[in-house]
Amino acid sequence: MQFLSYLISGISLGSVYALIALGYTMVYGIAKMLNFAHGDIIMIGSYVIFFAFGGFGWNPILSVVVSMVVCTILGTVIERVAYRPLREAPSLAVLITAIGVSYLLQQVAQLMWSPDPKSFQSIVAGAGLKPLELFGGKLTISAEAIVTIIACVVIMVALTAFVNHTVPGHAMLAVSEDRGAAQLMGVNVNATIALTFAIGSALAAVAGALLCSSYPTLSPTTGAMPGIKAFVAAVFGGIGSIPGAFLGGVLLGVIENLSKAYISTQLSDAIVFLVLIVVLVVKPTGLLGKKINVKV
Amino acid sequence: MALLEVSNLGIAFGGLQAVSQLDMTIEKGHLYGLIGPNGAGKTTVFNMLTGVYRPTEGNIVLDGQDITGKTPEAISKAGIARTFQNIRLFDEMSVLDNVKVGMHNQVQYGLWTGILRLPAYREKEHEMNRKAHALLKIFDLDGEANLKASQLPYGKQRKLEIARALATNPKLLLLDEPAAGMNPNETAELMNTVRSVRDQFGIAILLIEHDMNFVMGICEEITVLDYGRVIAHGDGKSIRNNPKVIAAYLGGD
Amino acid sequence: MLSRLKTMKKTTRSNLITFGIVIVFYLVVQILSGAGLTTRSFEGQLVPICAYVVLAISLNLTVGFLGELSLGHAGFMSVGAFSGVLLWTLVGDSLPAFVAIPLAFIVGGIVAGIFGVIVGVPVLRLSGDYLAIVTLAFGEIIKNIINALYLGVDENGVHFSLTDANSMGLSADGETLINGAMGITGIKKASTFTIGFVLILITLIVILNLINSRTGRAIMAIRDNEIAAQSVGINLTRFKLTAFVVSAVFAGFAGVLYGLNYSSLVASRFDYNTSIQILVFVVLGGIGSIRGSIIAAALLTVLPEVLRGLQDYRMLIYAIVLIVVMIFNQSPQIIAWRKRIIGRFSSKKGEPEKKEVA
Repeated sequence: MQFLSYLISGISLGSVYALIALGYTMVYGIAKMLNFAHGDIIMIGSYVIFFAFGGFGWNPILSVVVSMVVCTILGTVIERVAYRPLREAPSLAVLITAIGVSYLLQQVAQLMWSPDPKSFQSIVAGAGLKPLELFGGKLTISAEAIVTIIACVVIMVALTAFVNHTVPGHAMLAVSEDRGAAQLMGVNVNATIALTFAIGSALAAVAGALLCSSYPTLSPTTGAMPGIKAFVAAVFGGIGSIPGAFLGGVLLGVIENLSKAYISTQLSDAIVFLVLIVVLVVKPTGLLGKKINVKV
Repeated sequence: MALLEVSNLGIAFGGLQAVSQLDMTIEKGHLYGLIGPNGAGKTTVFNMLTGVYRPTEGNIVLDGQDITGKTPEAISKAGIARTFQNIRLFDEMSVLDNVKVGMHNQVQYGLWTGILRLPAYREKEHEMNRKAHALLKIFDLDGEANLKASQLPYGKQRKLEIARALATNPKLLLLDEPAAGMNPNETAELMNTVRSVRDQFGIAILLIEHDMNFVMGICEEITVLDYGRVIAHGDGKSIRNNPKVIAAYLGGD
Repeated sequence: MLSRLKTMKKTTRSNLITFGIVIVFYLVVQILSGAGLTTRSFEGQLVPICAYVVLAISLNLTVGFLGELSLGHAGFMSVGAFSGVLLWTLVGDSLPAFVAIPLAFIVGGIVAGIFGVIVGVPVLRLSGDYLAIVTLAFGEIIKNIINALYLGVDENGVHFSLTDANSMGLSADGETLINGAMGITGIKKASTFTIGFVLILITLIVILNLINSRTGRAIMAIRDNEIAAQSVGINLTRFKLTAFVVSAVFAGFAGVLYGLNYSSLVASRFDYNTSIQILVFVVLGGIGSIRGSIIAAALLTVLPEVLRGLQDYRMLIYAIVLIVVMIFNQSPQIIAWRKRIIGRFSSKKGEPEKKEVA
């Protein structure tokens, strides 16, 4: 029974990773860049909810929506100001810039809201949802876990439908396949990449709300580790693949939670990273990714 | 014995057979042309000969040594050097250093000799510089030896690539569209250079080229590929009059 | 002398200037400090400056010359620091300092080099973003493991554990050497500015000589074009690994210098932030410019100390430096714009920009 409980909280944590990984995987697939700052957008989004819901006492749904709007704007602005000028630059330059943006967000948050951790009020509990008790109280599943898992599945399905059945979605697929060809076919590449950042950032806000509801400490570095781990999840599942992000996220969350429970709390991060290394070395395309050929 | 013997060479990518049943024999010191319409598989042949791609069937024998499926590094050591269709220089390094990198396996000394500046360092570097300048002179590049490779104009970049390839001391040199993007004067000059390289170094040269005057003008033997298969083989004259070749280029049946 | 300097090869001259800057800086500081003109806080920064200079030079070998981004450089610094300091605490009392200190450096460098091989073999099969993220992962793994590491000795030999101090099974009079997250404590301080200065000189000699040798050219050729490098017979794995391991060894040396400068050593000091800090030095100094790395590492370490008010904004400034320098140096539009501006002010019209290749 205890194992089941670890497993469920692992799936819930993994669902958060999956949501964050979606942002990574879409941006990586379409803009061909590793947006290191993605995790920090989650952190900013969580602060927005912290103040809107915890501070001003707004409705939890409204707070999340406001946070999504803020993150969307932030993500698009970052893309326009920092990444777009480097679209044709070497990937090393883009990656270093993204690291810079990640740091910038953390430092701004630190200066504005102090480095001290804040205690985050669960929006799920705030919405009046109660934990689920099963087997006569032997197994309790937190409302946060249930909402997280459901939200993740719903978003995943919606996003897949969006990409496969709408015009902007097709444009995304086209740009990720061949940017030059897409441009020749009349796809507005800049707008498509901006849209990708907007969607990824909005999802980051949702992920932040759910992450901090389950793990209620919020500080300027809250987003960093989950961000990196979500990238691990994205790579694990196969970068550029939406189902891959889901699969990678859930697996990673389960691995992390089980190794925390049964191996060592201190070494659980090390184990997660070891998974990344093994995956990248053995199968760099991930579980569901496809192979890329270099033309000579 | 011929320098290069290719027999029944073929490669498939997934289900697509890019090249099949290719036979080709290049004699020592020969100038050999490989031509064909776009997409005929010419560069794919180069990539197999130099180990970038591993052939799915057939054999490549260089000077009696089977090099089929070996790594590019091993094939370079065995004696095949090449240039690339889309120029691949070491852009941020000097023109001189580009050639010296080409001598990587010709003039050798170890890590510690370099770090500790042992006597062998000075000697070997001196030897490399001398040889590199001599090579650059052949291509009229010695005046630009200290520029970055990326600062050279296009035509000179193509020449530098040939100089770098020669620095590996090859038995067979592969040139992938050496005259691409050159004007008629430059092309004529390049023809002379290619000929004199062959005479001076006594090596065989296999080249891909779309400029028919260039190919017919210098190649002693030509193989024509279409859809990955040999459709004709012979000297310039016989190729020019071969109806299959004309049809392939005009896109007819 | 000056006329000889002019006729010398450009790279040789540039290298001599670099050495000159380091030597002059050392002498000026020595004179000022002898005259009592330096503050205590400045003197306290001297060894860290030397450590960061060595770290920046060594990371530049990976980033600037191999062309791959490593985000785990602090990990190599960490294993170097822990192994070197551990050796120092074991033999520092029994051996004379002039033997024990170099020995600590050698051990730290070798252990970091071994980790360089362990990390490098899998990592260097990748490239670009994936390589960067895996170096980050290795850095974090190293930090996590050392953080959880307990090591002690008693009459029965060496004991270690990855859970807690008790499970080492140390006897009552045994000595704990590494105490988990508390690290190593009670270190006898051994680093001096002069040791740091000598280490910088050694680093410069080795790395500059390496770059200007057959090995260095092979490394740069791989950076510029892997396929072409292979086509001239360069063994990619071997030379990538050489660059990576040399880089790790010097990070290890810097770690020993850093570790021997304080009375205690904890693994959390060598985290991802430290790796980024070193990267900032490399980026600000100019990727591929050894002299730039030295100046940037020294300035960025001293400035926040001198301008106390800036201390809180240190990391913020680093972040802005990374973004601005990258966009300014790498954006195609901005490069074109800069060329137009330079062209307008330059008197020699039509002459192509001739950049020296260092």
